[in-house]
Amino acid sequence: MQRLTADSVTLGYDQRIIAENLSVEIPDNSFTVIVGPNACGKSTLLRALSRMLKPDSGDVLLDGQSIHRLPAKKVARTLGLLPQSSIAPDGITVADLVSRGRYPHQGLLRQWSPEDERIVKESMESTGVGELADRYVDELSGGQRQRVWIAMALAQQTPLLLLDEPTTYLDIQHQIDVLDLCAELHETQGRTLVAVLHDLNHAARYATHLIALRDGAVIAEGAPGDIVTAQLVEEVFGMRCQVIDDPETGTPLVVPAARKRRVAASV
Amino acid sequence: MKAAQDTTEKATQATPKKAARDRDTTRTVHAVRTAGGFSFRVDARAFAVIALLVAAAVFAAVVLIGSGDYAMSPGQVVTTLFGNGTFQQEFIVTELRLPRVLVGLLVGAALGVGGAVFQSVSRNPLGSPDVLGFGQGSAVGALTVIVLFHGGPTEVAAGAVAGGLLTGVAVYLLAWKRGVHGYRLVLVGIGAAAMLTAVTHYLITKANLVDATRAVVWMTGSLDGRDWAQVWPLLAVCCVLIPLALGHGRDLRMIEMGDDAAHSLGVRVERTRLTLLSSAVLLVAVATAAAGPIVFVSLSAPQVARRLTRAPGPNLAAAAATGAALLLVADWTAMNAFGDRQLPVGVVTGVLGGCYLLWLLVSERRAGRI
Repeated sequence: MQRLTADSVTLGYDQRIIAENLSVEIPDNSFTVIVGPNACGKSTLLRALSRMLKPDSGDVLLDGQSIHRLPAKKVARTLGLLPQSSIAPDGITVADLVSRGRYPHQGLLRQWSPEDERIVKESMESTGVGELADRYVDELSGGQRQRVWIAMALAQQTPLLLLDEPTTYLDIQHQIDVLDLCAELHETQGRTLVAVLHDLNHAARYATHLIALRDGAVIAEGAPGDIVTAQLVEEVFGMRCQVIDDPETGTPLVVPAARKRRVAASV
Repeated sequence: MKAAQDTTEKATQATPKKAARDRDTTRTVHAVRTAGGFSFRVDARAFAVIALLVAAAVFAAVVLIGSGDYAMSPGQVVTTLFGNGTFQQEFIVTELRLPRVLVGLLVGAALGVGGAVFQSVSRNPLGSPDVLGFGQGSAVGALTVIVLFHGGPTEVAAGAVAGGLLTGVAVYLLAWKRGVHGYRLVLVGIGAAAMLTAVTHYLITKANLVDATRAVVWMTGSLDGRDWAQVWPLLAVCCVLIPLALGHGRDLRMIEMGDDAAHSLGVRVERTRLTLLSSAVLLVAVATAAAGPIVFVSLSAPQVARRLTRAPGPNLAAAAATGAALLLVADWTAMNAFGDRQLPVGVVTGVLGGCYLLWLLVSERRAGRI
């Protein structure tokens, strides 16, 4: 049994159902990436896994217990989430923001232990923002800011870390930068990472475990090298393509078919 | 328990020459740790600011108690407060002037905390209770009692509390959609304020001359003639709700980063928000019941507190201290700055607050936030 699982959950907002009877297991110590077309329910699934969205039926289990019955702070010590958009309060410094990640470990009488101090420092160093500790967050570049938010999530010291489209709004260099950082955290610190990514090639390159969703159902899951085929991409995204070996890493690389060939095929 | 160590963790460092602007050079956060594993974070600047504001409020209180037809020096006031004055001084201080000043302090603190909570939840300095219609709601409640039922002071106060609370519930429900969010809260609140203002005008047109005069006096907001009957309920509510709000201050800071971020840190976002908003509505309603709608204190106190402490996020304790000091200074100004004419404190806060609001609008506009 894996630490984080969704057991035949039905997910939706108000009356609109996004996914029905969806079951997912996040392999321990994996870097799992969820991919799929827009509105396939991948962010919704991540929200359910992070207890932000309560399933209409079924259950999300953390260490075998229903995540919605566990105390909020206890969950927050085991499972962290990097939301798609967070707001840095006006006039907050990097060190201040990162130290907020310690919140679930603190209380009214235990506000700032030596351990808190050490972990905040380590989190800033391992994300490369140690130099920026005294800078205001609103004056940083987009890439630096994302690193700061990741540092905050790290300071939370959770064995499981969920990331909702961590590369959105970043240019290509910073996208790779953030993904490298994730891979490093996964490899060196042994954390289980779950990310929603838009870019299939990024997913194939960095994931150790890939989950492909369409219309709220899992179409395929497994190691990218085993499951990413032209047939799967067409089934999930409805797009003809070739899948070749990535010349850098040997992982699958999806190359969309040229427009003329796609048009010819549909005639 | 003795302080085992006092480490100064540098939230900042002395800054060499050029990069002065992008580094925060004025705040140092100290970690105070005691035996037994207890630890506290103390923002030195915020602490000093709060201490100074409390001192200013106490000083203003002493001066206010001493001023009036029977003038007393601050020394005499303090002596009398400690029970060593003459019989006449004792009567003037404890029966006439102390309750008025206490009402001022409590109303200021309650408005400061209420305003800080609302501004933080709505993520907007304009999202304060007097802009969102709570003062107007209390006014409708009070005027209904005055005009339709010709009630006495206690009934009027009860009407004001009920009006404020009902407005709070209505605005919360109308602004609710899978949680309460900033913009919707502000827009719904401004709508409510406009509607309720219309109702107060309608009530005044229905009133006879005596009731209309009472209504207008009530609506100006004043500390004149406040006695112990106003102090006790206000003190009771403040003693419960201000500590409750301060205790949730850390959660509120997390919520300022967005619901998702706060949620992932283990904050029960909607429950915390509901607790804080209810406390804030109740504080503002009770304050308004005691002194009438004293405008702009809840708008300006949290902002002034923020600029003084330079700390990010809501600083509820500093807002409370600022509100109390601000209100007493305004009251002193109203009593003394215009020669023989004594003005109600609401007029002074209205003028000061109006100027402040204009400045706020202009600076927010420059910063591109509105």
